[in-house]
Amino acid sequence: MAAAVETFDLSKDYRVGFWRPKPYRALDRVTFHVDPGEVFGFLGPNGAGKTTTLKLLMQLVFPTGGQATILGKPVGDVRVKQRIGFLPENPYFYDYLTAEELLTYFAGLFGYAGSDRTQRVSRLLDDVGLGHERRLQLRKFSKGMIQRVGLAQALINDPEVVFLDEPMSGLDPLGRRDVRELILRLRAEGRTVFFSSHILSDAETLCSRIAIVAKGRLMAAGRLSEILAVRMLGWEVIVEELDAPPDVAAFGAALKKVTPIDAKRYQIELAPDVRPEQLLPRLLGARGRLVSILPVRETLEDFFVRQVNDAGNSSRFVEPETETKKEPEPVAMEKTR
Amino acid sequence: MKTVARIAANVFKESVRDKVLYSLVLFAVLLIAASVLLSQITAGQEVKIIKDLGLAAISVIGLAIAVFIGIGLVSKEVERRSIYSLLTKPMSRPQLILGKFFGLTLTLAVNVVVMTAALYAVLALYSAYTPQYLQSTWEAPAMDLALMKASFLIFVELTLVTAVALLFSTYSSPIWSTLFTFGLVVVGHFSADLKNFESVLESAPLIWMTRALYYLLPNLATFDVKLQVVHGQAVPMSYLAFSTGYAAVYITALLVTAMLVFARRDFK
Repeated sequence: MAAAVETFDLSKDYRVGFWRPKPYRALDRVTFHVDPGEVFGFLGPNGAGKTTTLKLLMQLVFPTGGQATILGKPVGDVRVKQRIGFLPENPYFYDYLTAEELLTYFAGLFGYAGSDRTQRVSRLLDDVGLGHERRLQLRKFSKGMIQRVGLAQALINDPEVVFLDEPMSGLDPLGRRDVRELILRLRAEGRTVFFSSHILSDAETLCSRIAIVAKGRLMAAGRLSEILAVRMLGWEVIVEELDAPPDVAAFGAALKKVTPIDAKRYQIELAPDVRPEQLLPRLLGARGRLVSILPVRETLEDFFVRQVNDAGNSSRFVEPETETKKEPEPVAMEKTR
Repeated sequence: MKTVARIAANVFKESVRDKVLYSLVLFAVLLIAASVLLSQITAGQEVKIIKDLGLAAISVIGLAIAVFIGIGLVSKEVERRSIYSLLTKPMSRPQLILGKFFGLTLTLAVNVVVMTAALYAVLALYSAYTPQYLQSTWEAPAMDLALMKASFLIFVELTLVTAVALLFSTYSSPIWSTLFTFGLVVVGHFSADLKNFESVLESAPLIWMTRALYYLLPNLATFDVKLQVVHGQAVPMSYLAFSTGYAAVYITALLVTAMLVFARRDFK
């Protein structure tokens, strides 16, 4: 089966500066794929190249190099547009149209007409919680309401692949919960969701796979479980009924830290390479009691910060002599096909 | 074609709800009505003044609509980023340009009709209160159908200006597009002078340059038959056909250029 989205060495340079504009590398040879039916998180700090990638996929900008396909066809193909939905970052629509008119207009562009169109528009407005505001002009809408209209228009054609650029931005906690539920519903319906975000908790709760971009380069791509299983930071053991804290020196490198929590209750941090079941009898002694033992893995946030820091502070302006120089391959948790 | 029609219908719907449009049309109607007052300062020329001022109001206000709304069609969509959602719908970029153009053409047609009807209404009222013996001295009757010819050519000119505005707005900001379009409109009204300018020049390259400019710039004076109509001079249908044909060729060239520019534009 063809990948839902696939990019190969996708690059984009913008020319910046009024006088003698220089090429600025917004995206540098990015390669990844998104499988059909998965929720794919495209993560990165502001200015990393997330929106540029989405714009390239939507053919709102043209690539300097590389290529991209959606549902096995080149991006920009009108047949592809028929099967996808897109929510831009901070969307904006026509001030003097009502939500209902906007959706009717967009539905018409997909070729829907008559009662099918009316029902579709009505159902979507109810779905995004704008059923009562359908006849209000969009200029009277709040930012959150516009975001909901944006989501509705992205789903007007029952798309197979939905692209959402920062879908949670500008939403209050309730709105964010609604969007999360919507994405989960889309996944349950078998649709592919590609969303960009700089909010890691969203990715952790929604995505099966992620990619991290920083400074225009792909730093990592893979299953969330694999990425987060990579780095074992240690073990956290809680014990109680200990008469005295364990002697750190006696355990050597195996025991990293002991923190008292309460009377006779301690949190003990063990090194990642130890086998805690072998150490426990010594740790607990005669009277101690084990409360819990947890492996401490790198969180997505730790991983993200590490990847972003690894991207370094090199200039993104393309110098003429280095333009053709091959740079080292980005770290990839899972090589693309 | 259906896609183009849907885009055009949306442009029409959005522009007729724009308060700017209402204000402009209302202003034009008031100007036409006020021409009755102004006409009182001239003895025996009242109807001419009403017609002259009325047609001028239609022309100037129509121009304002064509430029301000025409510029907004594409450059505001780009600036406000509403184009992001629109272009990802099943359509090609040239279809968007055509839809925008036809949508505004429709808006302009309706507005010119409304303003012309207002002019006829004022003229009907005025002639109703003017004695017959005075009316017989007029060069053309108050309800002269030739006014429609003048209005039609104003509409054709506005359509051409819309295409100019559309072309500029495919690659520059709203402010620059407005300045460029107004500049070209002013130059377009005086382009015939370039031909006369040739006769006073001696340098061959300069003559070639003025000649090239003359053929390149739109000759908007072609569409101005206000004077003839006001003075009751005939405006043959062949002239109307020629001017419309000229506009059609020029508009086609402008739209093709706009489509080519727009087809490869990056929306940063």
